Amino acid sequence: MAKYKMHILCCGGTGCRASKSDEILENFKKIILEKNLDDEVQVIQTGCFGFCEKGPIVKILPDNTFYTEVTPEDALEIVEEHVIKGRKVKRLLYMDPDKKEHISDSKHMNFYKKQIRIALRNCGFINPENIEEYIARDGYMAIGKCLTEMTPEQVIAEIKLSGLRGRGGGGFPTGLKWEFASKYHDDQKYVVCNADEGDPGAFMDRSILEGDPHSVLEAMAICGYSIGANKGLIYIRAEYPLAIERLKIAIKQAKEYGLLGDNIFGTDFSFDITLRLGAGAFVCGEETALIHSMEGQRGEPTPKPPFPAESGFMKKPTNVNNVETFANIPVIINKGANWFNKIGTEKSKGTKVFALAGKINNVGLIEVPMGTTLREVIYEIGGGIKSGKEFKAVQTGGPSGGCLTKDFLDTPIDYDNLVAAGSMMGSGGMIVMDEDDCMVSIAKFYMEFIVEESCGKCVPCRLGTKRLYEILEKITRGNGTMEDLDLLKNLSKTVKATSLCGLGQTAPNPILSTLNNFYDEYVAHVRDKKCPAGQCRHLLKFEIDPEKCVGCTVCARNCPVNAITGTVKQPHTIDQEICIKCGACFQKCKFGAISKK
Amino acid sequence: MAVIIENNTLKPEQIEKIKNICKSHGNNENNLINILHETQSTFGYLPKEVQEVIAEELNIPVGRVFGVVTFYSFFTMVPKGEHPISICLGTACYVRGAEKILEEFKKELGLEVGQTTKDGKFSLSCLRCIGACGLAPVVMIGEKVYGRVTPASVKDIIAEYK
Repeated sequence: MAKYKMHILCCGGTGCRASKSDEILENFKKIILEKNLDDEVQVIQTGCFGFCEKGPIVKILPDNTFYTEVTPEDALEIVEEHVIKGRKVKRLLYMDPDKKEHISDSKHMNFYKKQIRIALRNCGFINPENIEEYIARDGYMAIGKCLTEMTPEQVIAEIKLSGLRGRGGGGFPTGLKWEFASKYHDDQKYVVCNADEGDPGAFMDRSILEGDPHSVLEAMAICGYSIGANKGLIYIRAEYPLAIERLKIAIKQAKEYGLLGDNIFGTDFSFDITLRLGAGAFVCGEETALIHSMEGQRGEPTPKPPFPAESGFMKKPTNVNNVETFANIPVIINKGANWFNKIGTEKSKGTKVFALAGKINNVGLIEVPMGTTLREVIYEIGGGIKSGKEFKAVQTGGPSGGCLTKDFLDTPIDYDNLVAAGSMMGSGGMIVMDEDDCMVSIAKFYMEFIVEESCGKCVPCRLGTKRLYEILEKITRGNGTMEDLDLLKNLSKTVKATSLCGLGQTAPNPILSTLNNFYDEYVAHVRDKKCPAGQCRHLLKFEIDPEKCVGCTVCARNCPVNAITGTVKQPHTIDQEICIKCGACFQKCKFGAISKK
Repeated sequence: MAVIIENNTLKPEQIEKIKNICKSHGNNENNLINILHETQSTFGYLPKEVQEVIAEELNIPVGRVFGVVTFYSFFTMVPKGEHPISICLGTACYVRGAEKILEEFKKELGLEVGQTTKDGKFSLSCLRCIGACGLAPVVMIGEKVYGRVTPASVKDIIAEYK
C-alpha cells in the first residue's frame, strides 16, 4: 500500500452493495482516472465496516475520514473537495446524535469506541482480493511461526491456553477439540470449516469470508499442521456467492504464493483447501449433518459418538470449526495465548462478533470483549431503541436461543451467563425488540422456522416442533386455553430432552424463554383474547370513531369483505362479525378515524 | 433463465450436457450436491427427467437423487420465474414487518409462496437472511436487493419489471 498517498476504501459488504456501493466504487475509479490521480490515489473495495445502518460507507486513508450514507453522485464532490483540496465533505460525516456534532474519525464514534476487533481485524481495512494486503497486516506470519518454531503439540497447547471456545454456538474449547482430533491416526485426516451460517439474522461469518478470506485459510492450515491433516474443506452456503468468489480467489493466490499446497515454507507440511457448497438446510450447521452433506447425502445428523474427531468426513478423523473461531487463530499465535486470555471473562476468553439488528438505531456488525453487558451493546454501541420506543427484549442465539428482558441488561455477555439466563450465545445474532413486538408471535416465528428446517429423522423434533407450532398458532388466533400453556411447557421439555441433535435439543428455547419471561403476555392472549403488542391480527379489533369519520367511503370501498357500511358524508361502521382484520381500512383512512385495539 | 424441457423429454444435447457435468465430477456420488448445483444453474431447475439421467450416470437409485433434491431448499423441481422474487424472512426483517411485505406481494401477484405466474415472469419465495439487516425489510428480485421496503412501495417495485 506504500506507493499511494491516499486510499479510498469503499465498503463491499452485502448491505452497502444493496445501496449502490458498486456504483460508488466505479464512480471513484472513473473520476480518479479522469483527473489523472491514479498514481497517487488508490480506490479499493473492502469487506464490511460493520456500521451497516449508515451505509454505504466510504473511508479515506491516511486521515481516517469516515463518510456515511454516500451516494454514487457524492463521489465527485469527495474527490474534488477532500482528495484534491483537502477539505472534508462535512455533510457526509457521521453526526453524533447526542452532541449534535460531526465526527470524522470512526474511532471517536460510540459505535466503535467499545469494540475490540480480533476476528474482524481486517474487515474494512484490506482489499480481500489481494493477498499482499493481508500479508502486509501480518498475514501468514502465524502459519510461518507454527511451521518453523513450534511443534504441533505446542500449537495445540497454545490454543488451549488461550481459552478460545467455539464461536458457532456450542462454545466447546477449541484447543481440546484439536487435541482429540490429533490423537486419532489414519492415512487421511481432514480440517473442515463450517461456513453454513443458517441463523436468520446473523451474518458475521459471511462478512469475515467476504472481508478477510485469507485469515480463515491460514487458520485452517495451522489446524491441519497441529492435528496432522493435509486436506481442508470449507462447507459454504450457496446463498453466499460473493464469499464463494472471494474464497476461490484467495485459495488461488495462496497457492501461487506457496502458502497453500505442497511443502509450505519449504517444510514437509502440505495443505490444500477445496470448497463444498451447501444447499440451504439449517440442520447442516450440526457437524455430523454437515459431514453427511459434504459426502453428497441428505444432511441428517447421526448420534455421537463416534465424534468427527474419530470418524468424520469419509469416515476419517475430522476437525470441524466455525469461520469466526478460525479467524481468531492467527492472532492468538502471533500475539500469544497470554495476550488473548486477558480479554474477556473467567470462562469465556477473547471477543465475540454480534450481528446487531431489529429495532435498534445502529444496525450493524460489532465485535466486543466477552463480558460486555447487553446495556453497553444496545444503548452505547447500538445507540438505543429506534424511534424512542421502549426496550422490550433482546433475542440472542437465533432459533436455539431465547428472549431476554430488561432485567438482564446488566448481565455480562459470555457463554455461561447467557445459558444461565435461559438463552445462549449461538452464532451471535442479536435482535432487539420494542414494545410493538409480540413475544408469542416471535416464539411462533422461530417455531415455524424449525418446523421447516427439521430434517425429519427423529420423532421428537419432526412431530414435536410441529405440535408446538400448532399450539402457538392456536394461541395467536385467540383459541388457546390455559391448559395449552402447560402443554406447551411440557412438550417443549420433552423435545429438548429426547431429540437426536442440537437442532431439536435447543428448538424449544424461544418458547421456554418467552414463557418464563413474558408469561403475562401469553395469558393475555389466552384469557383476555388480547395481544398487548397489537401484532396478532385475529385478536385485533378495528373500530371507526364517529367523531372523526367524515364519510368519505374510502374504507368501505377498500374493504375486501364488505364489512363496512354507511352512507356518504355520514360516519361508517364496521361489522365485527364479517371483519377479517386485514387492516386495509386502517391503512387507507386519511382522517385517522379508524382505531386498532 | 430456465431452459424449457418440452413434453417432459430431454433433447439429446441436453442429456449430453448433464452427462458432461457428471463426468467433470468424476461420476462420483459424493459430489452429488455439486453436480446438482451445476445442473440447476444450467437448466434453472431439476425436473424428474434430469434427476433420472444423473442417477443413471452416477449408478445410484433415482430415489437417492430425489431425496437430496427435496431435502435442500436451494434445489427446485419447478422452474422459477424470469424475475424470481425472494422475501427475506430473517428475524431482523421479520421484526421490521417482512410479513406484511410478503402479504402485499402475494396480493399483487396473486401467488402463493413457491408459485410462478402463468406468464412465467415472476415467482415468489422466501429466504432467511441475506445479511442486509441494516436495510430491513429487504426483498431480492433476481440479484438486485431492495431495502427498507414498505407495503406501499411493493406495487412500484413490481412495475419496474412489467
